[in-house]
Parts: sequence; C-alpha cells; structure tokens
Amino acid sequence: MANQPIPLCHAIRKKPQPPAGLDSPFWDVAESQPVEERQSLQLHRLRETISRVRNVPFYQSAFREMNITPESIRTLDDLRRLPFTTKADLRDSPPLGFCAVPREDIARIHGSTGTTGRQTFVAYTAEDLDLWSDLCARFLYAGGLRKNHLVQIAFGYGLFTGGFGLHYGVERVGAAVVPAAAGNTQRHITLMRDLAVDVLVCTPSYALSIAETARAMGFDSAQLPIRYGHFGGEPWTQDMRRRIEQELGILAFNNYGLSEIIGPGVSGECHEQNGMHLQEDHFLVECLDPETLEPVEEGEVGELVITSLTRRAMPLIRYRTRDLSSLDSRPCPCGRTTRRMSRLTGRTDDMLIIRGVNVFPSQIEEALLRVEGTAPHYMIEIDRPGSLDEVTVHVEVHPQTFSDRMDRMQALRDRIDREIHSITGLRVKVVLLGPQTLERFTGKARRVNDHRKL
Amino acid sequence: MIERITAKDGPFHPASAVDFLPLQQLHDLQSRRLKETVDLAYRRVPLFRSRMEKIGLEPEDIRGIEDIQLLPFTEKTDLRDTYPFGLLAVPTSEVVRLHASSGTTGKPIVVAYTREDVAVWSEVMLRSFAACGVHAGDIVQNAYGYGLFTGGLGAHYGAEALGAAVIPISGGNTERQIMVLKDFNVTVICCTPSYFCYLIEQAEKKGMDIRQLPLRVGVFGAEPWSDEMRKRIESSSCVRAFDIYGLSEIIGPGVGIECVQQAGLHLFEDHFYPEVIDPVTNEPCPDGVEGELVLTTLTKKALPMIRYRTHDITTFISEPCACGRTIRRIHRISRRSDDMMIIRGVNVFPSQVETALLAVEGTLPHYQIILSRKNGLDHLGVLVEVTPEFFSDTVSGIENLHNLLSHSLESALGIRVDVRLVEPHTLQRSEGKARRVLDQRSLGEQEAGMDGFENFCPGPNGK
Amino acid sequence: MKIKQLSLFLENQAGKLYYPCKVLADAGIDILTLSLADTQQFGILRLIVDDWEKARTVFEKAGSVVKVTEVVAVEVENRPGGLAGILEILEESRINIEYMYAFTFGRQDRAIMIFRFEDSDGAIRVLNTKGVRIVSQTDLKHHQNGREC
Repeated sequence: MANQPIPLCHAIRKKPQPPAGLDSPFWDVAESQPVEERQSLQLHRLRETISRVRNVPFYQSAFREMNITPESIRTLDDLRRLPFTTKADLRDSPPLGFCAVPREDIARIHGSTGTTGRQTFVAYTAEDLDLWSDLCARFLYAGGLRKNHLVQIAFGYGLFTGGFGLHYGVERVGAAVVPAAAGNTQRHITLMRDLAVDVLVCTPSYALSIAETARAMGFDSAQLPIRYGHFGGEPWTQDMRRRIEQELGILAFNNYGLSEIIGPGVSGECHEQNGMHLQEDHFLVECLDPETLEPVEEGEVGELVITSLTRRAMPLIRYRTRDLSSLDSRPCPCGRTTRRMSRLTGRTDDMLIIRGVNVFPSQIEEALLRVEGTAPHYMIEIDRPGSLDEVTVHVEVHPQTFSDRMDRMQALRDRIDREIHSITGLRVKVVLLGPQTLERFTGKARRVNDHRKL
Repeated sequence: MIERITAKDGPFHPASAVDFLPLQQLHDLQSRRLKETVDLAYRRVPLFRSRMEKIGLEPEDIRGIEDIQLLPFTEKTDLRDTYPFGLLAVPTSEVVRLHASSGTTGKPIVVAYTREDVAVWSEVMLRSFAACGVHAGDIVQNAYGYGLFTGGLGAHYGAEALGAAVIPISGGNTERQIMVLKDFNVTVICCTPSYFCYLIEQAEKKGMDIRQLPLRVGVFGAEPWSDEMRKRIESSSCVRAFDIYGLSEIIGPGVGIECVQQAGLHLFEDHFYPEVIDPVTNEPCPDGVEGELVLTTLTKKALPMIRYRTHDITTFISEPCACGRTIRRIHRISRRSDDMMIIRGVNVFPSQVETALLAVEGTLPHYQIILSRKNGLDHLGVLVEVTPEFFSDTVSGIENLHNLLSHSLESALGIRVDVRLVEPHTLQRSEGKARRVLDQRSLGEQEAGMDGFENFCPGPNGK
Repeated sequence: MKIKQLSLFLENQAGKLYYPCKVLADAGIDILTLSLADTQQFGILRLIVDDWEKARTVFEKAGSVVKVTEVVAVEVENRPGGLAGILEILEESRINIEYMYAFTFGRQDRAIMIFRFEDSDGAIRVLNTKGVRIVSQTDLKHHQNGREC
C-alpha cells in the first residue's frame, strides 16, 4: 500500500511503460514459454482432459459415437474432431451433470447469471480454485499489481465469478483487498481516497461512473490515489479506455473470462494494452465462423470456442462462448508468447450485457408473464446517459387491468419491477403503456433498442 | 432430530483441540498472548500508549491475564476518531484485507487484517463450524452478504478451511436459494435466523418440505433472535439451529458459537479474552450476573483491541459444558447498553438517521424509526412528518421529496429504507419529541440475542 | 388573473378526507371545487374555496400542512371540442400542464377548467391573445353566487 505519488503523464502517455520496480516481467514463466513447447504441453493436457471427462455422461456418449479416445488424439488438429459443448447442453443436464470428479472433491460452486431455470452452475475442486487464483494473478501482475498495493474490488461477490476470481487473484499476488462489492458509489470513493487504494477492479462503465461521481462530490477524480484499473465483465471500447485513463489518471487493463470455463482469468492484457493474452497452457482457444464452424483467418472476427486443459471438476470440450473476437499470434513486445484476443466485438446470440450482468430479452419476457395484467407486448430500451447503462422496459397494460386508481397502477408497476429484478438481478425503469400502443411485428419481433454506443 | 445430528457429528477436527485445553494451560496461553498484544499495542498504537502512560502503566506491569483489569478500555468511537488507520499496529504493507462498517456518524469504521489475522479468523470460523457438527464433505450454502460486511467472507473462509464445499450464494433471491438448497443437497446453511424462517415458509408454498432435504445444520447470526425462534425453526425443519456471535471490531463472526449442547455460546477465549463488567461502575460482574461484554484480542496483529466495550449485555455461565469444552460460555446477548439497532447485520444508530434527514431538509423533521420483520427480513421504516417548506401541490414534487429522503437514508445506512411521509403532528410525542424508535419485530420472547457482525453495503449489482 | 388554490397533504387512509372538510365546514367556508390526486402512499387534496385566506388560517391552526399555489381558471365553452380547442392552443405554444381539473357550476353554456401550468404567466398571455377568457378570483365568487341565486 505504499503510495508514491506518480506523475499523471504516466497514465496518459501514449505507450505505457511497464510498472516501475518490475522485479520479474511475468507472474509465471509459462507465459513466455516457447510456442512449440507449449503446444506439446497442450496436446498432453488435451489427452488428459479427454480421459478425465470420459465419466461425464454427455461426453461419454458423444465420444463413443465419434470413436474418440485419449489415444486417438495425435495432434492438436485433432481437436476439430471433438464435439462442441453449448450453454444449452449445460442447461439440459442435471445441476452437476458435467462434473467429472466425485462430489466430495468439490470445494466451491459458482453460477452464471440467469433465470432460475436458465442458470448454469460450475463446480471447482481445491486444485481448480488454486489454478483460478493463479490465472487471475497472472493478468493482475501483468497490469502492474504488486504485493504492496491495496486493491478495491467493486464487483459483486456471490455466485457471480467476477468478485471471487479477482479477490483470490489479488490475495495470490500478496496485495491487500478491500472487498467493497457493489453498492453506494460515494462510499466507494470515500474509501478509495481515505484508504489510499492503488488499484480498482470493476466493470469499465462503473469506473466511469466513479469518475463522474467523484467530480460531483467536488474533487478532481484524477487526484484519486488509484494508479491501475482492471476492468472486465462487459464489452468496452478503446475510446472508453482513453476516457477512463484520463479521468481517473490511471492505466486501464482489460480482462476476459466466463464462468463456464473458470471465470475471469481466461485472458488479460499486458502493459502493451494491445489485446488480451490467452492463458494457452490452460485453455485451447479456437476462433470459428459461427455459421460454418470452420476456423476464420487470423485477425478475422469469429466466435471464441474454448477447451479447458487443466480443469478438474468441470472440464469443457470446445465450449461455444457466443463471444465474437479475433486472434493475433504475432509476437508481443512484452515477451509473452501466448496469442492475444481482441476486445469483444459482439455476441452471436441476443444476450445483452447490462452493467456487467448478462441478460436475455426472454428473461424480461418471463418476468412479465409472471405478472397478471400485462399484455405480452413490450419494448426494451437500453441507454447509457452518463456512464451507467439504463434499461427502460415499456409494457402494455391489459385493457381489463387498467385502473383509474393510481395506487393500483403503481402497485402493478412495482410488481413488474420486482419480478424483473428477481429474475435478472437488474433494476430497470418500468413504463406502463396503454393497450395497443406498441408497434406490432409480423415477422421476428424487435424487442430491444440498444442506444448505447459501444 | 438430535439423533440425526449426533450420527453425523463427523470426525473430531484437530483445530478444535484448543477448545478443550486444561484451564491452567489455557490461562498460561492467554497470559503469554496478552503480554505480547499489550507490548505490540504499546509500541505501535499511539492512542493506546498515551492512555497507558496517563495511568502510569507500563507493558511490564501486565504479568498475566489476571492483570487485564489494569488496562484502559477501547470504545467504538476510538476507531472512528482515528479513522482510517490510527489504531493500526503494523505497517500498511502487511495488511491483506480491509473490511468496513458504517460508524455512528458519517465516517465508516475500518478494520484491517494481516495474513495471520485472516488465518486466525478462518481458524475460529472453522472451530465454530466444527463445534456445531459441520465437517469436511458438508455442502455449505452461505447466504450471508459478501463484501465489506464481515459475515459473508468470514463464513466463507472458515468453511473452506474446514474442507467443506462452499456455495457463495450471498443474500437475496429466495427462489434461487430454495432451488440451490434442493439441487445441490446442501447440508449446512448460514444466514440470519429470520431469513431461514422465510425460506421454510416459501419452500412450503412451493410444495416442498425442507424436512425431506439433507440440510441438517443452520449457523444463524447477524440479528437478534431467541430460543422461541429456535424451537420454531427446529420443529418446522430438520435443521439444528446454532447461534453465532461476532463483531467486526474484534474479527467478524467467529468470536463465539453454540456447541451441539445448545446451552450458551462458547467464546474462543484463546484468541478473544472476555470479561463481563457492570457498564456503570466498570467493575467485573460475578458469573451469573448480567453485564456488558468486554473483549480483548490476544492474537490480532493489524488491529489489536484492548478491552473493547461491545455494549452487548450478557452473563457468564459458570458450570462446565456437557460437551467437554473448557472455554467459557455466555448466555445469548440479551440487549444492548446503547441505542444501536441491528438490522440484517447492519448496525444502525438513530443519530445516523437524523444526520441523513438533516442533509435533505436542513432542519430536523419529526420522524420515527419503525423496525419490523417482513418476509423473514428485518425492515427499517422511517416515518417523516411533512413540513410546509417541503410540501408540494404536485404528486411528482412529493415523490421527489420521498426519493431524496430515501436516497439520503440509504446511502448513509447502507441498507434499504422504506420512507413514509405522514401528516404533521401524527407521530407520537413524548416531552415534545416524537418517540424515536418503535421495534415491532417479534423475537418470540424478551430474551433475544444480538449478534451483529457489521454490515456496510450489501445488495446485488449496485444501484 | 390567477386564483389561489390550497393543497393539503393526506395519508392514503380511510377517514383522512373527512377531517379537512370538517375544518372548513366548522369555519363556514364554502368549497367551490376540489380535486384529489391519489398515490399508493399519500394523496394531495387541492381545494378552491370562497375565502382562501381564512381557510389557510384555520388549516394551519388545525396543524395541517397547507400550501397555497396559483392556478389559472379558464372558461370553456360547453360543447364538443370546447376543451380541445384550448388544449390545442397550449400544445402549439408548448405550454406544459402540471395538472387540471374541472369546475362545475350551474350554467349550461360555460364550464371552467382549473389549470396548473409550469409557467402560469406565459399561459395566461397565450390564452389571452387567443381570446380565451380567464376567470378571476372575484369572478369565481360571482359565478358561485350566481349559481346560488
């Protein structure tokens, strides 16, 4: 937590330099391992994974059908013979149906955000947790985190993997954690200032919101003691990075992960801030055309498909992330030999990421269905007036439920608000509309209007 | 019920051995640790040193645990006045964790932990779980809020250290809580007792009988509860309900817990030395006589607390416990010696409510705090009389006032507050002032525990 | 040209309406018209009375929070489209209406609407230029008396 004041130009310099006092450039030497060496490790670990998942019913039957055994995997190209795994496969199986270890070996269970029926759960053994901490330590260290730092984590804890992944990663590096979680922004800022916090961990839009609130509280947000930020959980742009860096006077780093695979820690940026290094000794990453499922050319945008190589409790084979990105295998000046993925450019499904929470329009629909008196006509408007996403759900009221009593109408609105919150975890603004006021669609209904400029 | 738990008591955990130390050995350990703690605090904490000097006391004067009464007290206000790091006994570089809670007024109370402190915390939480029959292989659903509140992470680290599987579900989303309880064959739940009552009720509504689940242990705290409530919980579920005690100033949850005998809370006095004193004369109370609990940390490095006044009222139980533990027991906390309220683990003082109302209106309106329990959750309502200056003839104007008040209160207290505007002169007055606090929570009977590990800002996904 | 309206804060509970009406009755004050805005938690009672100053005094004495606001009483022709014509003028001039309610009295050909505008003076100006008749406080009493005659 030692707090040497750093000149502001450090943060807004075009090419950021590695953090001062860099003892070793990498958290783990594996990050700079020669590519061929890593590939043979990958092949070895892929075979191990194939053998580990053979007791998972889903893979058992798929492998039998496709004649796959660990021995039949001769080169990394054989990966393409393996079956895909989708979110639907996880959902359709029993809660721990993809678990490859005995129940007593499970040390932790996390879940994805989602409706009760839609939610998927992920299990971890003690070894998985250890690996997870280490993977997060890698990118945190690459982005300047050191032992003597104090890190404020403004991600929600709980079933969501964001908070815990970073929490244990920071502990692994040996730095101190302020587990601020989600909550009151002013209090976040007060703590940050009073405790002299060095590193901020949250979603990029929340970082901007902190900058705005700090200004509203009457101080120059660039005077906040923080020097580095590790942001993830939602897509963001280069423009946004520049704004965050300027307004908070920090270096802002991007990281990527998803709970099905492990949580944050799949990839993260180095101080070059030019793409996220994939932790390829633990994950095999493909970038495929989502239609043909053939690999795209390097640098072209495609869907990321990830195979975990070292997970114990729940290894997944060729998991279709639905995230669009591109890969870059050119060497990075930082010395890491891993490929880099670009920031996410979109999704192949209709999932929305609102303030770091994954939401499907169908969840909103489900919430509305639970409330009697609303017609199944709705429109979701998403906006980012300041730095935080705002969602407004316009709902038509059923003619029979319309009441001349304002308290009844308010109660209806509150009820919808509560249902949406309980299903999605999001607070939205609900606007009641008269019957027959929304546009009707003959073909595929367009229920979402996303006005955010991402 | 009882057979069920004894059958599954599981193997004895080696960490629990200290609970059974022969008294002489325990006292020797306490004496040695007290001397170390006093020495550390004297060298590193200016406030403590100056208080020692003021009464002409040197660390050498403390020869053993029996000399503890010579030492000066520490109050919650000391933490506030030295905010944020004034009582820190180690360099900040040795701190690995910070938790915070709302203080009596604007400034939060910040508590720091070194790596060793986190290890001690995990150990006492492990021993807490072990004392109520939890063991490796159990599946623990932790529904305490995670974050700056010590409840969530405290229980989490303890269960992890024990080798149990942790489901860090945090608070809220009852439907999901019930689904997870069932789908993952959860055996242990950690939450507030009233929230568990609500879970039972909601499960029943869904046609589910919690008695059919493998769930067998509930570790309940963070709010006042009673033996009546325990009876209700245990008769409507096959869960044995244990009371856990702790406070963030000392370490968080894990200062003490009931053992399977359910006859008072054992305090882990090898780490936290307890005294019960008369809050007025500050003289020690004999066993069986009610007084204020005063705690001294014996192993904390970052934030050693010497004779911390908890303001919790309890009594020592002198008879040895049938479980064989030699560490002392106290009765459930019966009440507080100050006006602090504990709402879902959050400590709230009426003075904080006043500050927040003042911030909006400029002058203090007549108000009343109503504590109630809805859907198994403690609920804080504030009735505010409308004043002419803030009355508007438009609905949106009054809704705006309502929102300002709610926002101000919620950000000051860190919990959800239901503000209700009422007509002038409708609140009950005593000597011209409205009666400030109305506690409508039924705790079953008069004797109620108050186990407040402090909360700060719970709630999912921010605002 | 503006007239005085009294607003009272009421909790949304049974019996809450009776009390202010009783206060006025006891003081011999006549209610010319009223409107009630209700929400889940509270209501706002808006009153136009024959003696607003006296009414304010008795309410304050009774301990109620009472607010005096200026509203505009507009004469409306009692025929289809009468009100629409006035609203059209307001719409064209982008005059924002906070709320409005009707004032009823004995005459067949005329009605009076009470408007609360964001900008009362602006609204009066616009309505005047379009030849709409604004009713003053004394006119109101007169109307009232006329009705009683």
